[in-house]
Amino acid sequence: MTGLFNYIPRQSPIHAMTGAAKLVCMLTWTMAAMITFDTRYLLLLTLSALVLFRVSGIKFREVKVLIAFSAVFMVLNNVLIYLFAPEYGVELYGARTELVHFIGRYGITAQQLLYHANVILKYTVTIPMVLLFVSTTQPSEFAASLNRIGVSYRIAYSVSLALRYIPDILKEYHDISQAQQARGVELTSKENLFKRLKNASAILLPLILSSLERIEVVSTAMELRCFGKRSKRTWYRAQAFAAGDYAIMAAGGALVCISFLLIYLNGGRLWNPFV
Amino acid sequence: MQKLSIKTIVAVGIGAALFFVLHTYVAIPTPIPNTRISFDYPILAVLSLLFGPVAGVLIGIIGHALSDLVYGSIWWSWVAGSAFFGLAMGFVGTKLKLDDGEFGVKGAVIFNIAQAVAHLISWGLIAPALDILIYSEPADKIFLQGAVGSAGNILSTAIVGTLLCIAYVAARPKKGSLTKED
Repeated sequence: MTGLFNYIPRQSPIHAMTGAAKLVCMLTWTMAAMITFDTRYLLLLTLSALVLFRVSGIKFREVKVLIAFSAVFMVLNNVLIYLFAPEYGVELYGARTELVHFIGRYGITAQQLLYHANVILKYTVTIPMVLLFVSTTQPSEFAASLNRIGVSYRIAYSVSLALRYIPDILKEYHDISQAQQARGVELTSKENLFKRLKNASAILLPLILSSLERIEVVSTAMELRCFGKRSKRTWYRAQAFAAGDYAIMAAGGALVCISFLLIYLNGGRLWNPFV
Repeated sequence: MQKLSIKTIVAVGIGAALFFVLHTYVAIPTPIPNTRISFDYPILAVLSLLFGPVAGVLIGIIGHALSDLVYGSIWWSWVAGSAFFGLAMGFVGTKLKLDDGEFGVKGAVIFNIAQAVAHLISWGLIAPALDILIYSEPADKIFLQGAVGSAGNILSTAIVGTLLCIAYVAARPKKGSLTKED
């Protein structure tokens, strides 16, 4: 298996916290970052995220593939924004300070640079935190955490089933795909697009039929074990909250409050140094 | 709220796993850069048809959110698009009777019109509107992404989704195909 949902066991204060507290903290953190467009606050959050990453003892090289993916996406997103709206920052900030002029409507303005900095910071604020959550929380504790923060245990159980069956379905996909390719189903660029889409169905149909059978088997097994008869259930991986957990959840809540406070102080979501 | 049935819970779990695998690992690159055709939406469409709107919404949300989680940032605007698509196809599923072994030309036409409209609403309206609201991105860029996204998804759902429905129905006994012996 490749390193998806790779829980990396370590001894660190972050690993020791309960999953539910980390989940709350991750969600409030991303929410705070989503609300605000205050560059200073985003910068501060990014730095704190990096510090927390350091504390967790997770090494950069352990997550570098995932970071590389996100980095490519981030760069492309910025390029697209610039190509489509080189003056978008000017529009947002209501001021225009041109630094360099290229050609036509393309140039570099201070406002556009600040806007791009915001866009980039939005990534750098959330990515370390989400990766931190994923790599310091056991997948089976993740479902228990969802239930803990108020998601119905039936839905939490669905998430837990999904995490359980991802590796199985991936393996099955590879098996079917190789079997079909051995029979001459072409999926590479030697065929044209429409033919490839049609050929893909030759892999997807066995996959979906076997998944339907799996659904049948698993739901019968759960039915026989009286799943869902009670209004609550317990989780093997659930942990009780400790003082530190309450503290970080409160801190997460505070971050969201700061975001709202900044909207009030800045008179809008943007922090505008130009007026 | 009505309790979810065990069947729905399991369908959501395994459906989300399927969505995740197809979204993350399987895609056909197209000549247009940074645009790929993936098979997550045909599968979401078929599963929603079979298991109904509630399952559709949940597979959309859980499958998409888990796939995003892996890369470090969840784009809730696009997750909402997937949720809507699952919901819409779930309602269409109550009209089409795949489980009774019926999916003729009429079924294929209904399915394709519905999926195209649902994709257009998801990626041309819901996701871009939320992107502008939440992430404050320039409108032209967002709508271009939406247009490219819906075109790719409509194409793959039209071809792969329709073929899957036909093949699924062919593998099921038709309703009323058995007669009682005297």
